[in-house]
Formats: sequence, C-alpha cells, structure tokens
Amino acid sequence: MVSFFTYLINGLSLGSIYAIIAIGYTMVYGIAKMLNFAHGDVIMVGAFMAYTFISSMGLPVPVGILGAIVVCTVLGIVIEKIAYRPLRKAASPLAVLITAIGVSYFLQNSALLIFGSDPKMFTSVVPFQSVPIGPFLIPGTTIVSIAVSIILVTALQTFIYKTKPGQAMLACSQDRDAASLMGISVNGTITLTFAIGSAMAAIAGVLLCSAYPSLSPTTGAMPGIKAFVAAVFGGIGSIPGAMIGGLVLGVIEILSRAYISSQLSDAIVFSVLIIVLLVKPTGLFGKVIQEKV
Amino acid sequence: MKKMKKFMGLALSCVLAAGLLAGCGGSGSGSSSGTAASDDGEQKWIIGEIGPVTGPVAVYGQDVADAGKIAVDEINAAGGINGYQIEYITADDEHDAEKAVNAYNSLKDKGMQILVGTVTSAPCTAVGAVTVEDNMFQLTPSGSSKDCIANDNAFAVCFNDPQQGTKSAEYLAEHFPGMTIASIYDSSDIYSSGIETNFEARAKELGLNVVVTEAFTQDTATDFSAQLQKMKDAGADLVFLPIYYSNAATILTQCNNIGFAPTFFGCDGMDGILSMENFDTSLAEGLMLLTPFAADATDDLTVNFVKQFSDAYGRTPNQFGADAYDAFYALKAAIEKADLTPEMSASDLCDALKTAITEIEVEGLTGTITWAATGEPDKEPKAVVIKNGAYVSLES
Repeated sequence: MVSFFTYLINGLSLGSIYAIIAIGYTMVYGIAKMLNFAHGDVIMVGAFMAYTFISSMGLPVPVGILGAIVVCTVLGIVIEKIAYRPLRKAASPLAVLITAIGVSYFLQNSALLIFGSDPKMFTSVVPFQSVPIGPFLIPGTTIVSIAVSIILVTALQTFIYKTKPGQAMLACSQDRDAASLMGISVNGTITLTFAIGSAMAAIAGVLLCSAYPSLSPTTGAMPGIKAFVAAVFGGIGSIPGAMIGGLVLGVIEILSRAYISSQLSDAIVFSVLIIVLLVKPTGLFGKVIQEKV
Repeated sequence: MKKMKKFMGLALSCVLAAGLLAGCGGSGSGSSSGTAASDDGEQKWIIGEIGPVTGPVAVYGQDVADAGKIAVDEINAAGGINGYQIEYITADDEHDAEKAVNAYNSLKDKGMQILVGTVTSAPCTAVGAVTVEDNMFQLTPSGSSKDCIANDNAFAVCFNDPQQGTKSAEYLAEHFPGMTIASIYDSSDIYSSGIETNFEARAKELGLNVVVTEAFTQDTATDFSAQLQKMKDAGADLVFLPIYYSNAATILTQCNNIGFAPTFFGCDGMDGILSMENFDTSLAEGLMLLTPFAADATDDLTVNFVKQFSDAYGRTPNQFGADAYDAFYALKAAIEKADLTPEMSASDLCDALKTAITEIEVEGLTGTITWAATGEPDKEPKAVVIKNGAYVSLES
C-alpha cells in the first residue's frame, strides 16, 4: 500500500507538469481555434533560456525565470505574426496546422544548432528538496507545480471572465466576424492570447526541467504531445479540464508503468485517449457546440 | 512552358554529361590507385579513416581521427609497415549512413587501400555493404552492432553489443556473487536492448539473482520514478545500466532524490558521464563500468598514448581513440604477418588480411586482442570505477 501511494505521488508529479503545459495548449486552442503544435518547443526554448540565464550567466533564479518568460512571450508574438496570422484567412484550417508543425521543427533544429545535441543537466529552481508527509516524500517540484497550475487556472479564468481583454478573447472564440463588428481587434486579441500562452510555456519549461533535469532540443516534444492528449482528455478549450486531464494522465502513465509494464506505458496512455474520444468525443469537460444551419 | 522544357532538357543533359565525365575520372584514378603510387613516385600505404567529426556524436569521431593520427605518426617514425610509410586520409560522415558511403567513395578515389572505420554502427553497416562488393579490407574501431562485421572482409576492434552483455554478466558473477540485481534499459535503442538481451541470457545461465528488469524509451527518458521505485521495493543492491550516459545521469539524479543508493554498474556507453555539462559528478561516485580502456591505467603503453594525445589535442582520449590506435597496430601486425607490399591491389590485400588478422595477437591499449574469422575480437574487458570525480581502474 505504501508503494501504491508512492506511485500515486509520482503520477501527480508527472501529471502536474502535463497540466501546466496543457493549460497553455488548451487556452490557445480555445481562443485562436488552432492547435499550436509548436507549444512543446516554446517550452524547450523557455527551459534553455532559463538554463542560459541561471546556470551559464549566473543570474539570480527569479531574474532568470523572468528573462525566460520575456523571451518566450516575444517569441510567441513573433511566431504568431510571421507564421500563423498570414494563414488565418486560408481556405483550409490544415494550412495553419502544418505551419505549426513546421515552426516546431524550426525551433527544435535551431536549438540543436545553437545548444548542440548533448543533454544539459538543469539545476532545479525549486529551493526546497522534498517534504515528508507521514511515510511519504513529496518532491518539492510537485508541490510547486500543482500550486502553480492552480494559480494559473484561477488567474486565467478570472482574466477571461472578469476583464475587458478577457471578454474580448471570449468574443473572438465565439464569433470572430461578429467580434470585429463590435469593435474588437481580432488580431490584437489573438496576439495577446499567444503572448500569454507562450509566457505560460516558459513557466512550464522551467518546472518541467526542474522536475526532470535533462534538457535537450527535443525535451519539449514528447511532453508537448502528452499534454495535448491531456488537453483533449479534459475537453480541449476548457482550462480546468486541461488541469484535471493532465493530472489524471500522469497518474495513469505511472501506474501502468508500475503495475502493467514499463515497455507499454506510452501505448496505454495513447489508448486512453482513443477510449475517451470514443466514449465522450468532447472530453471530460468539453462543451458540445451545436452547429447552426 | 515549351521553353522551360527545352531548358530543363539542356540542363539535364549537362548534368548527365558531367556525371559521365566524373565517372571516367573516378575509374581512372581508381585503376592508378591499384599501385598506390603517390605524387613523388614513392610507394605508400594509403589507409583511410571515416567517422563523425561534426554532428551529434562528433566527440567519438574526433577521438578516432586524432588517435589514428598519433598511431600513424608513430608507425611512420619507426620506419612504417614493411618499410613503407603510411599516408593517412580521413573523411567526415556526420554519423549519417548516406554521407558515410559518399565519404567512402571519395576516399577510394584518393586511392585508399584499407579502411579503418567507420566509427558508429549505422554508417558502418551501410559502408560495409559497399566494401564487401569492392573487397576492401575494413576494420572498424568502434562499430559495435553485430551488423558491422556481418561480411567476411569486416573486423572490429571493440566488443560488439551482445559480447558486452555476456561479459558484464560474467564479471558480476565473478566479482559480486549473491547480489540482488535489477536492470533498466532503453527498449527503443538497439545498443541498449542488444546488451540487455544477452546479459539476461548469460545471467540466467550463471544463476545471477536478477529480480527486476525495467525498460524505458527515448520518449519517456525523463521520468524514471516508477521503475526506480520498483527496484527499491524489490531490494536491489546492484543496478545494471546498459544505457548511454545522458540517461544514466538522469537516473542517478532521481535515485538520489528517492534515497535509493545501490551499486551502479554500466557498460561502455557510460563513458562520458563525468564530462556532462552541469551534472553533479558526486552522484556518479562509485559507479562502475566495464570498458576496454581506462585512461588512467599505469602500463607504459597507456601512459605514453594518453600523454601524446593530451599534449597534441589538450584533452583525455576516450575508449574510441584507444580502439582506433589499436586498429592501426593490428593492421601493421597483420600486414607484416602476411608480408604484404603497397603494390598489391586493395582486393588482394583484403584477401590476404582476412586470414592474417586471425593469426595475430596484438598487445593494445584495450588489452591483448585476437580475432575470430567472424570479425569479433577477443579480449578481456577492464572494470573502471568513478572515484573522486575520475575514472580509476579496479584491477591492479
């Protein structure tokens, strides 16, 4: 029983990371209605920036994290302006999806060129190691990740539902043409969405590498895909759904690795996605949108 | 449109003509290289080396190229092989199979008679498919997949992956009898799973107490918590790590986090863990690895080689360099054994060397080596332990 709870805690650790990544994924999807497949790679850029600022340049941790957030925010805005905006009016929504995949590879290979392929060891930014609760050790990064994801979910929900720019985002997500008729700058709103999403990617990158310290240009790829699964699982577009989805996915992954097979854990994770989609196509918290004819 | 077509036709024919000319040039120099006359008319051995000196595993190719240079200079200074000097030509393959074959062709055009290479397994296998057609003698310093030496013209200096697994099990049975062993390997990597399969088989035969075998893939290589917890629960006191050092560094960090401190035992892929950027090397303290070469060994051969290498290049050579150094001395011994001269064609040399190499015994940096006709080397692996942030030999 003790080991079961240890696995559960490990699952929550992994899940809390998925959750943070998934929140960014789902927010961009919910508002811009596009799957930003480069999200995982923005995370990697964030982690590399933090690594450069903190480990290589020796800046204090908060300054390093802030620096990473600024770089990623700018990067997100640039990517949106150059790669996504010109395609927003394209006939097929596939065009922007393919561009996103292109951006993802572009970021990965640029990082490969700049930082090399050998993995770097990331020093955790969480100042405390593990907190003992009864017979269990809860890793510091897990506590911080869960706390940060709760804060982010609350902050985002408040922002979207209580502020003017947030309301503009909601309006854009529901009907872009109508929103622009109401005097909302659609382009500006979507740029803001990408800026926030990328800032969150930077935070996710720092936490991801604090929990799992090996950092290389492909670091963001797999967690990015898993977080996408988590976002779909929770109902894509739903911010609390992404958080729950991430946590559940992490627990499933670790438990299947512990009790079924470490070779099959990924196969099981992706089977879960298929089953959820078969049973509940909109995910756990997804909204059914009726198409008006 | 019509104009375009015409232009394309013209361009295409130009390309074809150029190809034809290049082809002629290639075969022309090929035939003259049969006698290996260099510019000044003096006979020379032309030995080629191919390895990745750029790209993801550049550190391996760099060491092989540099150590090869040291061996060649030494042999030349001592009078060459059978009285003929060696001309050493190298090419970069960037750890890419296609580029390796191109590199091979360009070296052949320069008159290469014997190939030392290539350094990494996948390119080596690709080049092997061409060398067997050309009947070019191929000695890979470090291509460890069994496919590298599948053809009878190809031999290896390093252990192959199955051999590493077997030797590790034998070493553990001899030196750590009665230990509770767990192992974790990368099921998405041929190197790691190759060692693991053979380790398991041999461990069973020897009656080793392997309690847990866990796997991961490159996609899940960040979080090992579940696997490590299982090992801890099973009471393992020795963990076998047939994996590359980058994953091992993460595993060591996470073991430390959960307070799991068994003895760690790895293979040659662990070489390099101490030079990893920002890795807390104190975590690797006590880690053992089975590797054919230890740079701190005190025998004259190693001391001399390491000194020359670090004087020339400002770094300590790894086992890849040592394998390359041994490859050149093996060639020297085999050529002398068969009493060959550079006038012979590459194909004749190959036929003679195939037999000669199985009849020699080389006292090398990586041990006393003999070869079987299958291309496999036979030597004793050395166990190395990490002590005070440095690799230290266990024997002695």
